[in-house]
Amino acid sequence: MNYKKISLILLFSFIMTITVPFSFSKPVQAFSPQVIQHGAVGDDVIELQARLAYIGFYHGKIDGVFGWSTYWALRNFQYEFGMDIDGIAGEKTKAKLVKATKYNEQETKAKMYKTPNQQTANKQPAKQTEKAPEQQTTAVNVPQGFSQNDIKLMANAVHGEARGEPYEGQVAVASVILNRTKSSTFPNTVSGVIFEPRAFTAVADGQIWLTPNETARRAVLDAINGWDPSGNALYYFNPETATSPWIWTRPQIKQIGKHIFCK
Amino acid sequence: MIRSILIAVLAVGIAGISYWGYKEHEEKNALLIHAENTYQRSFHELSYHMDLLHDKIGTSLAMNSGERLSPQFVDIWRLTSQALTNVGQLPLTLLPFNKTEEFLSNIGDFTYKTAIRNLDDDPLTDDEIKALESYYKQAANIKDELRQVQYTSLENNLRWMDVELALATQDQADNTIIDGFKTVEKKVGEFAEGDEGSLLMQTSVKDHEFKYLTGERKSEQDIRDFSKKLFSIKDDQNINITKSGEGADVQTFSVSYKDGKSVYMDITQKGAHPISILVDRPINEKKLSLNDGLLAAEKYLKQFDYPNMEVFQTQQFDNEGVFSFTYKQDDVRVYPDSMVVKVALDNGDIIGLNANNYLMNHHERKIPKPKLTIEEAQKFVNGNVHIQEEHLAIIENDLGEEVLTYEFLGVLDDETFRIFINANDGIEEKVEKLTGTETNFEANL
Repeated sequence: MNYKKISLILLFSFIMTITVPFSFSKPVQAFSPQVIQHGAVGDDVIELQARLAYIGFYHGKIDGVFGWSTYWALRNFQYEFGMDIDGIAGEKTKAKLVKATKYNEQETKAKMYKTPNQQTANKQPAKQTEKAPEQQTTAVNVPQGFSQNDIKLMANAVHGEARGEPYEGQVAVASVILNRTKSSTFPNTVSGVIFEPRAFTAVADGQIWLTPNETARRAVLDAINGWDPSGNALYYFNPETATSPWIWTRPQIKQIGKHIFCK
Repeated sequence: MIRSILIAVLAVGIAGISYWGYKEHEEKNALLIHAENTYQRSFHELSYHMDLLHDKIGTSLAMNSGERLSPQFVDIWRLTSQALTNVGQLPLTLLPFNKTEEFLSNIGDFTYKTAIRNLDDDPLTDDEIKALESYYKQAANIKDELRQVQYTSLENNLRWMDVELALATQDQADNTIIDGFKTVEKKVGEFAEGDEGSLLMQTSVKDHEFKYLTGERKSEQDIRDFSKKLFSIKDDQNINITKSGEGADVQTFSVSYKDGKSVYMDITQKGAHPISILVDRPINEKKLSLNDGLLAAEKYLKQFDYPNMEVFQTQQFDNEGVFSFTYKQDDVRVYPDSMVVKVALDNGDIIGLNANNYLMNHHERKIPKPKLTIEEAQKFVNGNVHIQEEHLAIIENDLGEEVLTYEFLGVLDDETFRIFINANDGIEEKVEKLTGTETNFEANL
């Protein structure tokens, strides 16, 4: 037992002698003063995950997004170290973590951004770190049950259908797509609703394949998170260009921008 | 000499152009065929699924034990969903075909609800058997019609591209497929009229929406004053207020205002409760943590006099924080009364409020004491799940009823699950796998 401890310490000091010179050239990165909690994204989370992984509480990928695995790891850490178990990395928790663990930002990030097939080209890991856009994490938050691809597809449709409209008008169009998936008379999937032939003019004339702007994407996210300015509408139309007389028979809810939304 | 060279060059040019034109033509045809094939596939699948559906409903009528019926109903439910998908893939939007779609989804709802119930303890009632028999007859009608259309279209080599064209140009004079689908719709319609009061329709309608709203009916001027104060607007001439139309679930005013940022709000006429607020403005570099955002959101809810709100989910999207709150009554989370607040993480401004669910459902409930203790309820959870957190919670189950449950958050193989166990009888009401994060495809290119 004793022998093991000594050898561990020896190994430790050996590693230290290697890493210390590096850390002199760049001071050891410690957390920013911000409190980190579930759902957060960024460098602080990367550090938190790396430090929790260092002492064996976190087993997932270091990806910079504070998800459930990070949450449980942090709570277990707080439990083991006799702290208040709240799953939030506040001042005390961070201080304890910094004390108990080590963190090398460059090394962690180099590993993070390295994809498996690039591992053979070991010569230029530094360059790869540079290539990776700054502040970008290798994972992102998505609303429960949705993929980035769903969001992208919806943003495409919203951009094609309503790009000149006010922001709430774009959220409303995205809501209509979502309301249709919940309705019994429409397909049950986002792609089913969007690609239902002749349902959206933007799909029919190819405008759906225009690159959407950031506004359309944010509008879709708001709609998925529950905002529905359309008032639970299933249809909308532009009164100036609508050709079908049938659409005028639907009970109207409201007009936003150029679109009238109806049941 | 020059002349013959010129001729040769032109000849080569013409040959080239004709070759190009031919290729273009070929490609266009390929695309047309491709589109046609997709339609054809959906159409034939639809006929097949309807046929199978009819058979399965028939067999289920002959079955007796719950053990056999439940899987059968699951199968039927799956088929209705597939048939609905097929309908969605066909260019029928301009053709009234929604009665058939409703019929399919009614069968789906019915079979799902019966499949998840313990049919041994709680067998089909006479009304339910009657409903099933009526579905069987309707399915037979639809199936026969569809098979007829399918036969004619195969026999005469009918194209769905022509159907689309006919529908688009409103020239529906003589198209066998269109006529066939119209007949199907008409036959379903005849039945639907007689079935208006069926038990299924009642359960699918939520009659309680917005019925607990409190307060006086407000005038447009009241709303104008309210908005002015809420968004600190100096010049109220720019505030645009409109009334909702007849199709709205609840009568609202929609307020919009533009001044560098654009502000939008839906607010109830009764009591002036904001249903949703959206502020659109460019968001600068993130300066606040998600936690700072949460504090701002909590303060904001207090301002609206929404007490006892507890945060249950926090997420950061780009430089925005999104916070979900649920109402807490006597230490029980009431999930139907939930609310979402969005905070800009550059300066902590509130840029969104979504109180739709809260306003739709909120009232003080009589919450009974749970019959099971938490230890007893835990026994109903899969033994491999390591439970980490537990709460008492009211949720809406698959049948649309509010039930008192124990909510367990647990881990299985590094995945987190949320499991709701009925606090009275131990039924597993709902199990969800919690995701919330995804690989950033852009960063991993």
